[in-house]
Amino acid sequence: MALFQISEPDEAPAPHTRRRAVGIDLGTTNSLVATVRHGLAVVLPDEEGRPLVPSIVRYAEKGVETGYAAMAHQSDDAQNTIVSAKRLMGRGLTDLADARRFPYRFVDAPGMVKITTRSGVKTPVEISAEILRALRTRAEESLAGAIDGAVVTVPAYFDEAQRQATKDAARLAGLNVLRLLNEPTAAAIAYGLDNASEGVYAIYDLGGGTFDISILRLSKGVFEVLATNGDSALGGDDFDHRVLCWMIEAAKLPPLAPPDVRSLLVASREAKENLSEHETALILATLADGQTVKVTLTKAIFTDITRNLVGKTMQPVKRALRDAQLQPGDVQGVVLVGGATRMPQIRRAVAEFFGQPPLTNLNPDEVVALGAAVQANKLAGNQERNDDWLLLDVIPLSLGLETMGGLVERIVPRNATIPVARAQEFTTFKDGQTAMAIHVVQGERDQVADCRSLARFELRGIPPMTAGAARIRVAFQVDADGLLDVAAREETTGVESSITVKPSYGLTDGEIAQMLQDSFAHAEDDMQARSLVEAQVEADRIVDATQTALATDGVLLTDDERATIEQSLAQLARMRGGSDHLALRGAVEALNRATEDFASRRMDRSVARALAGKRVDAFQ
Amino acid sequence: MAAFLVIDFSRDHFALFGLPQRFRLDADALDRAYRQLQGVVHPDLFANGDDTQKRLASQSAARVNEAYSALKNPVTRADYLLSLQDNDARGASGPQLPVDFLERQLERREAANDAAAAHDALALGTLLSEVRTDARKMEERLAEEFDGAGTGDETPMRVRELTFLAKLAEDLDAMQGALDSEDES
Repeated sequence: MALFQISEPDEAPAPHTRRRAVGIDLGTTNSLVATVRHGLAVVLPDEEGRPLVPSIVRYAEKGVETGYAAMAHQSDDAQNTIVSAKRLMGRGLTDLADARRFPYRFVDAPGMVKITTRSGVKTPVEISAEILRALRTRAEESLAGAIDGAVVTVPAYFDEAQRQATKDAARLAGLNVLRLLNEPTAAAIAYGLDNASEGVYAIYDLGGGTFDISILRLSKGVFEVLATNGDSALGGDDFDHRVLCWMIEAAKLPPLAPPDVRSLLVASREAKENLSEHETALILATLADGQTVKVTLTKAIFTDITRNLVGKTMQPVKRALRDAQLQPGDVQGVVLVGGATRMPQIRRAVAEFFGQPPLTNLNPDEVVALGAAVQANKLAGNQERNDDWLLLDVIPLSLGLETMGGLVERIVPRNATIPVARAQEFTTFKDGQTAMAIHVVQGERDQVADCRSLARFELRGIPPMTAGAARIRVAFQVDADGLLDVAAREETTGVESSITVKPSYGLTDGEIAQMLQDSFAHAEDDMQARSLVEAQVEADRIVDATQTALATDGVLLTDDERATIEQSLAQLARMRGGSDHLALRGAVEALNRATEDFASRRMDRSVARALAGKRVDAFQ
Repeated sequence: MAAFLVIDFSRDHFALFGLPQRFRLDADALDRAYRQLQGVVHPDLFANGDDTQKRLASQSAARVNEAYSALKNPVTRADYLLSLQDNDARGASGPQLPVDFLERQLERREAANDAAAAHDALALGTLLSEVRTDARKMEERLAEEFDGAGTGDETPMRVRELTFLAKLAEDLDAMQGALDSEDES
């Protein structure tokens, strides 16, 4: 597809010139870009020498800001400043049991949640693409030319939808994706090649929002992943949130508005980071109303309130070892990856479980990007000394089909080495049946309802036969990026009828092309019409959200308060029919103001529930 | 760019790895051959190639992975050897398992359920090692038949029994894992 081409064919580099290849670690909290220079992997810093780009995107009045520029406004413009977008990739609103933790205006959409910003409704894919675009620009300036290809890393435990979303984001950012690479595997490459290691290694990777454990066998230049496990919604963010909950209780804080939540979370993170070096951390913050928060968090308290989070990481570790049919003692070394592994209680827990101190000689923030750069360099075809190595990775979660009674028939088991192709035959259950519904799911549970639905499609045009006579072969193919294609074919009659699907969470090539065009063609847009549509979408969203809130938590309001909100709702409904987008925006803002207290009370209640032990983040 | 090795899809799994068609198998030789093959067909070697090369690499690597996983595991290896003998007494169309064998395994499964309910990890572990011992004995027997005395009418039955035992062991192992997690949370 011409649209995705980075360079024109006649500008393609001659075979002997080096290709510009980069590795990108698209993290929950921070992102990095690295490349191989003179045979050595290096992170590419910004003009001020900073290696990390905070994974934050702000839709400001004047345009899009990313990184540190966006970070500066995470509290004062919380609703338009998106942090941790990675947690939303490939996730619907129902997947986010902790949705209230985010100060955003969510729009529930089929497949993936969206966020209303002042620049319109944005998908997590578009938001992530902004970060990737910033990294691409940095790399192009640093390498003085267009990037030929990139390896983008994903958590090993990312499922199909999350992987597809990441690849879409990279394409949207104009990157030629050479490969999606699992983060712990990338770390293993950087570590293993550096240390010429042999034997079984465990990579314990706790990032800002995701946790992975991978067990690898390193032998004569082959990196073979034996098993992987994890939790794609568990990370350093959760530790910050525990601190926040503790602080609310300790300082007896009133219900908090989104900007206050954001600034207290920032303070919580700083305290967490301080405790890696010190015994106590003073948390000092000023709320929007001028109130000062001053509490001291000790290491002992911090360890105590995060104990079950640490425990939550050890379950996947055990499952991965079990799948690899190994004991903790079989592991030669444990490599720690991700900034969150700086926490002493994590290091202690890992050391205790494996009976050895973990290896920390590589910077846990950079090791993933460095490994990705090494692989990108190899995939791009640049010759290096020492590039005679091979990577064999696995798929983290089983893939299957729905069969009779809502049960899952597993086709590709978890930890199967990719690429993998597996097929299974099914048959018709009714005489003369000419179509068959095929429902593709991912997960380890036996019931379809407990697995993630990836795609549904129908095989039509089966010649009428008696029940059980048709032979329908459903073939699963998982490529080296860990992405799935499913095809079905009726085989007895020689009549071929097949269809290939993309999982429903992925964007079609057409949609991506459209988004790319949209982002290039801003000037030609009829801004007026666009603004109205955006305002209408926003209006519908807030009406919907308010009505839902009234229905579920109406008891938190007095009659007068309720009447005020309903008045604003009615006013908004009147404006919704008109064509004045400014008036409509005004009405939306009015409703927003009218529901502000209500929203805080609801948030307060959910925090209180969380503290009472009813975990709001209990989803896997 | 490395020369493209086209995998001959008609070769059997053993021939693919240059190994004799036997049940007893040199695991190290299999590992070595597997890595060698992936070292020439893996899609990472063709990331820069055209779509056809990429597709072929993906198919070939998938074929090598399929053959490797079929041979690595004794249960699937036994089943595969039967299929090479054109033995159609496999899978669902195979012989019924003997009643006493089934009863024995059902008893074990019930005992395992009881042990899990009682959080008795020790009892569960004992059951698991019993099942594994049975499976190993069955493997030895199959090795004698496939590699020596020759297979007979009973062989498909034994392969089914081995498959059954392996599945039971897998389930017990999962139960043990679940017990571990419960005890901690």
